[in-house]
Amino acid sequence: MWTHEAESISQESRDDLPMEEELWALTKRQDALGMRALMIQAIRRFFMERHYLEVETPCRVPALIPESHIDAVACGDWFLRPSPELCMKRLLAAGYERIFQICKCFRDGERGTYHLPEFTMLEWYRRGIDYMSLMGECRDLITSVGLSIGYENGVVYRGNSVSLKGLWERLSVKEAFDRYAPMSMEGALRDDCFDELMVCDIEPNLGRKRPTFLCDYPIYADALARRKKENPAVVERFELYIAGIEIANACSELIDANEQELRFERTQAYRYSIGKPVYPVSERFLRAFDTMPESAGIALGVDRLAMIFTDSETIDDVVAFTPELL
Amino acid sequence: MYNASDLKKGLSIKIDNEPYVITEFNFVKPGKGQALYRSKLKNMITGSQFERTFRSVDTFEPADLRERKMQYLYKEEGSYCFMDSESYEQVFLTEDQAGEAKNYLIDNLDVQIMFFEDRPLGINLPNFVDLIVVSAEPWAKGDSVSGKMKPVTLQTGYQIQVPPFIEEGEKIRVDTRSGEYLTRVKG
Repeated sequence: MWTHEAESISQESRDDLPMEEELWALTKRQDALGMRALMIQAIRRFFMERHYLEVETPCRVPALIPESHIDAVACGDWFLRPSPELCMKRLLAAGYERIFQICKCFRDGERGTYHLPEFTMLEWYRRGIDYMSLMGECRDLITSVGLSIGYENGVVYRGNSVSLKGLWERLSVKEAFDRYAPMSMEGALRDDCFDELMVCDIEPNLGRKRPTFLCDYPIYADALARRKKENPAVVERFELYIAGIEIANACSELIDANEQELRFERTQAYRYSIGKPVYPVSERFLRAFDTMPESAGIALGVDRLAMIFTDSETIDDVVAFTPELL
Repeated sequence: MYNASDLKKGLSIKIDNEPYVITEFNFVKPGKGQALYRSKLKNMITGSQFERTFRSVDTFEPADLRERKMQYLYKEEGSYCFMDSESYEQVFLTEDQAGEAKNYLIDNLDVQIMFFEDRPLGINLPNFVDLIVVSAEPWAKGDSVSGKMKPVTLQTGYQIQVPPFIEEGEKIRVDTRSGEYLTRVKG
């Protein structure tokens, strides 16, 4: 049996694809791409109706927001943005109240069933609200997008039927560990297996019958979210899951310049300690905190949402080209 | 030496001095967490399988696998015999080790036998093998219009779907990677 597996050809080495297969790889996605285009139109309509301003911020940037586990793609002396967050928050600080952007983002080394090194992100920010209000808006967006492409009640993803109607589940990270993992969240943090348990034991169970907002993450994992007033050991952040797939990440924005600087330093030190490249931090971004309003922001993976609505097994099926086809 | 990010399906690595092939592999990343590599591994000697999640800092030794060109001779009591045509050395593989390759083993077929140190582990077939159809329903003319394939049996006992015009006694070319019919071979 194994001879076959050992010989099976990986995508990367298929330079010798016959012409018809190469064409088929592109044409077979036509229906999914059609659905994706409709989805993106519906997203724009949703935000226009809610008086959001669509912005376009630069793709190529000289400095980044430090993130423990996100590696950037270099572009000359600068970088391709791993997310549009930095520029969008500077706009917030400058007085813009509601902004959104649909754009390509780049992350080095991320390639899998749900990852592309170049992917499409929807980010939106709104002044004067917190992450709880953002959950509501996120739900409104997804139901309205679903409705516009014919999913009135719910979606079926890989045989798993997820209802979009009614209440969506809200679960804290702590509760999720208690419910699905072999140990508590504190235990997982202590034994350094938080990420492993999250991926293997928790995520597959989230958003199965209805979408799940997994919220209140331990402070250690986050550089940008505000601490929860009632429980400063966690931050006001949520991730949305549908059918076990992470769709969006959101938080009440941290607006305390000193704490932000401390967290950046900690993140930079961590990256240095594990031998990851340490990127320059934007001084202008830190200065923007002087005028940063109370606000919340969210990043949603457009490709992944398209996977859900087209019942696609991999992210490859919802983009025209994967890197391997170039 | 491999890093976790170098791993992919089909690659073989050495763990505790035994060779493993990666049968499933996926890059995952929870929320703002670190990159993880979920893998399924199969022991190439015992066939046992297990799941393992690696981190990007994990490193691996490649399994020291060698291929040798050998010729298939015969099957005896559930084991398959191959011979090195230069040294005349013979090795035997079990039914399990032969796996799907047994569908293509015809006398004197040249194959690559994979060795881990001195142990034969399995067979790498040529991508295409020509085989004779030993039993087929006759072709009722006009059948090809429907575009339906029909099942036939090949000389190795392998059952395969072919176009309706293929008759008993004909030779066809099979793609050993997909196990599918490719074309009719003349002569």
